[in-house]
Amino acid sequence: MSDELIERVRRVIAASKRIPEEQVTVDSSFEELGIDSMDAVEILFALENEFDISIPDEEVKTVRNVRQMVEGVDRLLTAKSAGTPAVQ
Amino acid sequence: MRRVAITGLGVIAGPGRTVSEFWNTLIEGRSAIGPLESVDCSGIRFQNGSEVRGYSHVPYFEDRRADFMDRFAQFAVIAAREAVAHAGIEWSPELRERTAIITGSCVGGQSTEDLGFVEIYKLAHSRVHPLTIPKTMANAGASHISMEFGITGPSFTISTACASAAHAIGQAFWMIRSGIVDLALTGGSEAPFSIGILKAWEAMRVVSPDTCRPFSRDRHGMILGEGAGMLVLEPWDAAVARGARIHAELVGFGMSADACHITQPSAEGAARAMRGALRDAAIEPEQVAYINAHGTATAANDPTETSAIRSVFGAHANKLAISSTKSMHGHALGAAAALEAVAAVLSLREGILPPTANYRMADAECDLDVIPNRARAAQVEFALSNSFAFGGLNAVLAFKKA
Repeated sequence: MSDELIERVRRVIAASKRIPEEQVTVDSSFEELGIDSMDAVEILFALENEFDISIPDEEVKTVRNVRQMVEGVDRLLTAKSAGTPAVQ
Repeated sequence: MRRVAITGLGVIAGPGRTVSEFWNTLIEGRSAIGPLESVDCSGIRFQNGSEVRGYSHVPYFEDRRADFMDRFAQFAVIAAREAVAHAGIEWSPELRERTAIITGSCVGGQSTEDLGFVEIYKLAHSRVHPLTIPKTMANAGASHISMEFGITGPSFTISTACASAAHAIGQAFWMIRSGIVDLALTGGSEAPFSIGILKAWEAMRVVSPDTCRPFSRDRHGMILGEGAGMLVLEPWDAAVARGARIHAELVGFGMSADACHITQPSAEGAARAMRGALRDAAIEPEQVAYINAHGTATAANDPTETSAIRSVFGAHANKLAISSTKSMHGHALGAAAALEAVAAVLSLREGILPPTANYRMADAECDLDVIPNRARAAQVEFALSNSFAFGGLNAVLAFKKA
């Protein structure tokens, strides 16, 4: 989980939710940021575009905070560079 | 105020192309959900839907007439024909003028619109087919029904997403009850299977990768469906006087708005609509024995609907039988409430409650008697049909055994 990755995910979340980037930390929960399920779906869409990845529905059900989101993106990026799908 | 009789029913949907086919599939607990054949789903995360398999206009419409009709408008006319034929309506110019047509549709002629966009954006053609507009418009179903029967009274279409047909039927009910018209053809139709709209549903992440399992702990979301359901409504006394078969009585209609979120449902909003229907029908919660639930099988709907039912019915909620027939006919959006109204009417008439199919695991958040997997014999006097739309617009119908 590089600082650069965390930074990019924070930026995507802030832009999508239209909140100041400083408000989004790697330890923020969705609840603290006021992110509801529709907001989360929009953020996933923005992350898919930002990183050119495809985030499976199953992958996102348990994600409740920024850290889990960064970890998920990290996993999908690793799988992408290895040329294998992260999940079937 | 006049009592309102339901004297005609018509259906075309995944589980059947007639009311009897549809009903038999439902009470056998057989789901019509399967791989979609009318669109190529290879680029989509889900492949399943409830489709009118092998549909062609050929047995229903002359080629030249079908040229003017999107699939959703064809479905509307097919269901209306069955409802009118079963009701044994004898048309006169006066009756045609005193008849209303009120249909529901959420997305209108989607596949026609999609084809037009493919022409422009993908194939870079400079023109689209000139019938794109009249085929796409959501009121095309109502218009083609009016032309089919020469009906010249008040006719229009209501679009409230997943509650469209319930709002339409409720409006028709009130118009008959108050004496504005003497006959109404009402229901909904939908044909949402086009790549553009399936991609849009995929993006919302609410569609199940396998099937629709309402109220089951392992539910994974909704499954889309297509089809149409139509009802013939008329004043009770007129129906009795002409010796019509009365399938059930429509006794109440309640509506509400959540006023909180564009997609998240609210238990209070749903409860207000149910209370409104009970009040309109002048019945007590304890008189209701069956609810055809909205029951989409999304993470959000089913627990919210459960909690709304508990708040309206209190201790009586434990005695209620509830099922979501969406487990079998899918979520047909603007037609959903019409298919479910037909199911609720037949439940009263036949004394059989259709099950919630595909049910596997109890969920503490959905702890009602949801009639898992097997139909149940039960003589029911009053039944509700719930419809809660995206956008927080709710509509509930109340039916009484005839």
